[in-house]
Amino acid sequence: MKKDNSQLIMTLLKGRTFIVLILLVIFFSFASKSFLSLNTLTMVAKHVALYGILALGMTFVIITGGIDLSVGSVVGLVGMLAGGLIQEGLTIGGKTIYFTVPAIIILMLCIGCLIGLVNGLIITKLNVAAFITTLGTMYICRGLANLRSGGATFPNIGGFEGLGNVGLKALGANWLGIPAGVYVFAILSIIAALLLNRTPTGWHLLAVGGNEKSAKLSGIKSDQVKILAYVISGFCAAWIGLINTAQLSAAHPASGDGWEMNAIAATVLGGTSMSGGSGTIIGTIVGAFVIGVINDGMTMCGVSEFWQKIIRGAVIILAVIIDQTQRNLQAKMALQARNESK
Amino acid sequence: MFEDPNVVLHCEKIDKIYPGTKALDGVSFDLLKAKVNVLIGENGAGKSTLMKMIAGIEQPSSGKMYMDGQEVYFRDINDARAKGIGIIHQELSLFPNLTVYQNIFMNHEQTNFGLLNDSAHIEGAKKVLKRLEHEIDPNTLVGDLRVGQQQMVEIARNLVSSDLRVLIMDEPTSSLSAAEVKVLFKIMRELLEQGISIVYISHRLEEIMEIGDHVTILRDGKYVADADIKDIKLEWIVENMVGKNTQYHRFTRSIDLDKAGKILEVKNLYLPKTGGGWLLDNVNMFLKKGEVLGIYGLLGAGRSELFECLMGMHPEHSGEIFYKNQKMKVGTIADQLNAGFAIVPEDRQRQGLVQSLDICKNASLASLSDFAKFGLMDYTAEGAAVDEEIRELHIKVADKTLPILSLSGGNQQKVVIAKGLMTKPEILLMDEPSRGIDIGAKTEVFEIIHEFSERGLSIIVISSELKEIMAIADRIYVLSNGKCTAELKGADITEDNLVRASYAGLGTGKNQAA
Repeated sequence: MKKDNSQLIMTLLKGRTFIVLILLVIFFSFASKSFLSLNTLTMVAKHVALYGILALGMTFVIITGGIDLSVGSVVGLVGMLAGGLIQEGLTIGGKTIYFTVPAIIILMLCIGCLIGLVNGLIITKLNVAAFITTLGTMYICRGLANLRSGGATFPNIGGFEGLGNVGLKALGANWLGIPAGVYVFAILSIIAALLLNRTPTGWHLLAVGGNEKSAKLSGIKSDQVKILAYVISGFCAAWIGLINTAQLSAAHPASGDGWEMNAIAATVLGGTSMSGGSGTIIGTIVGAFVIGVINDGMTMCGVSEFWQKIIRGAVIILAVIIDQTQRNLQAKMALQARNESK
Repeated sequence: MFEDPNVVLHCEKIDKIYPGTKALDGVSFDLLKAKVNVLIGENGAGKSTLMKMIAGIEQPSSGKMYMDGQEVYFRDINDARAKGIGIIHQELSLFPNLTVYQNIFMNHEQTNFGLLNDSAHIEGAKKVLKRLEHEIDPNTLVGDLRVGQQQMVEIARNLVSSDLRVLIMDEPTSSLSAAEVKVLFKIMRELLEQGISIVYISHRLEEIMEIGDHVTILRDGKYVADADIKDIKLEWIVENMVGKNTQYHRFTRSIDLDKAGKILEVKNLYLPKTGGGWLLDNVNMFLKKGEVLGIYGLLGAGRSELFECLMGMHPEHSGEIFYKNQKMKVGTIADQLNAGFAIVPEDRQRQGLVQSLDICKNASLASLSDFAKFGLMDYTAEGAAVDEEIRELHIKVADKTLPILSLSGGNQQKVVIAKGLMTKPEILLMDEPSRGIDIGAKTEVFEIIHEFSERGLSIIVISSELKEIMAIADRIYVLSNGKCTAELKGADITEDNLVRASYAGLGTGKNQAA
């Protein structure tokens, strides 16, 4: 009887983030009449995609036991670079070249990967703590974003017909009524889940985060695995830089400020352990929805920005407390099962 | 250049130099084909280091290795594995966060078009675990297994590669039960029939006599002797392992210890191990006033854990402790210090010293409250007390405000001892007090032990060096696998008795019954 109870509690705890998400949706649909409308849900989905894609990358980094604080600034920098390329082009030796939008997207994704590569190299080869390294690159990228325009906005990212660089705005538009970012989020989620669960690389990421020494003794090149995680994180951040710019129809150097915290929060809410070694993509997706629903729901209910921060903070701490409770319970049940099998 | 059909791998004059120590010194080693090659030596003799070279985990500082008549060089573990060399590590190197089958196939993954083939993994894991007679569900998390099962998973990992030629087993039986050891030996014989060569490191001498074919003995990083097992006896192994050189001066005691009263008595002490079993298993012992009591045992025998229990670091222990004939409730570390216990820990750098503080502060750290007046430090009194200890222990210090790391290892150790003595203890616990210091400093540390015991301080010394403990201790308890296997006194203190008792608790079942 008692065992059945604890198993029920276990199931509830495991699905806790999802249960919280449903409760939140029910709560906000009563609290604000317009919450369950198509318009609102589209807006929520649009925001969730922003946090969600950053959180996908963050999940890989946190699984290896690291952290990436630079993603918010990468969003800003990539936006400014993309906006600059469209509005001003690239001037080399007095000649100005304008790139097509697909070329710009590929270039920006490469820049995101490059920043991730730099983070990963500094962390693994020079042995600087991940927190410090990415804090540094966070400031550097934000500074570069401001330098690009002297702190000003690039207001026209629509491009010019004559120059053949029209089209970035499509990333901020709705396709068949659904924001483009949501499609990107869905595709990247599938790729991320495949990578983590269905490839040797996924195992290696979990192994490095779980026990780096053992991973090395198994012949896994742990440095390469870690660097890959930061490259993925940079790649995801570059996508958000592009999508966010497209949604705003302008590139602003302060874009993405503090978004790394939303990404970390979504990842942790999704059950990824900050000490590394465990985490799931589906958990992170649900975590991103929780963050998105709380943020937009509270805004719609007229909760002040100040209170929103307090509530968000409380939710994150609560999630980790529940996580610890689950772990203890799990350990207790494993011990119980072992004693019974004796 | 080197060719012998019976030798699968030949090491030629391997040196391995770590900063400050020479772990291997010109060791040559032949790994015989389809035989159980046993490596024996005391802790720190270089067995594991040599195996790390062969498995590609570390690279020799100089020397060469040959396989099939060709020189080989392993840059990393993958190079060695490509040549068919597998290793079962002394410390489990598993991933508790992953499942059994993920652990078994980690970095040996089977894939279809780049995607993992988990049904093949689960099937393969089931097969190899069945062979090991441990049918664990491959989907179980390794962290949920008990230690013996984890050890089996570790062994299973090496059996799934099809091209295995050499299997190195570094103390694979340390956490296995007698039945599990039997299964392991069966597997080893199967492997030999398949032509696979095994290197076997173990402290359990009886096991070696049972399974081994050829034994090589190392001491202090040097080759000592090798022989076929069928030609030798246990005594030969012990004799070569311990060596006959280095004798320490034996101190004569002026106190009549037979008449001295007991200051400490430990009854039925148990300390549980996470994952099952005991770190300390019904330990009973006593200490007399003014006595130097030795605790001898192998690595992991529970020696340091005994001290930790007495210092209040393991509240989960059970058993009774009598101090000055009164039953004592072991409190926190601070309580135990106040009660008159002091410890000189095993790891000087990590547990004994605070590197950022100067010599004086390191010495007075445990007794700072003695120098506080109305809550403020009286630096004059503190300095005078530290100076007193520096004089008494002959610590060579130019200026006590210099950083602690400016001292030699021996003098650093004396500062740690001074820290213990400044708490004015009645019982001093010293864990490997001579580790990592030169021979001159060792002798001085032994003199300090002798001098203070003559003044009535009761001292317990842990040492894994036979010669040392025989020189300083009045009486010796031997711990083996958490059990107290011998109490030796006077003429009974011999190398042979100590070594035999230190293996006695490692049950292959046979000697436990005896």
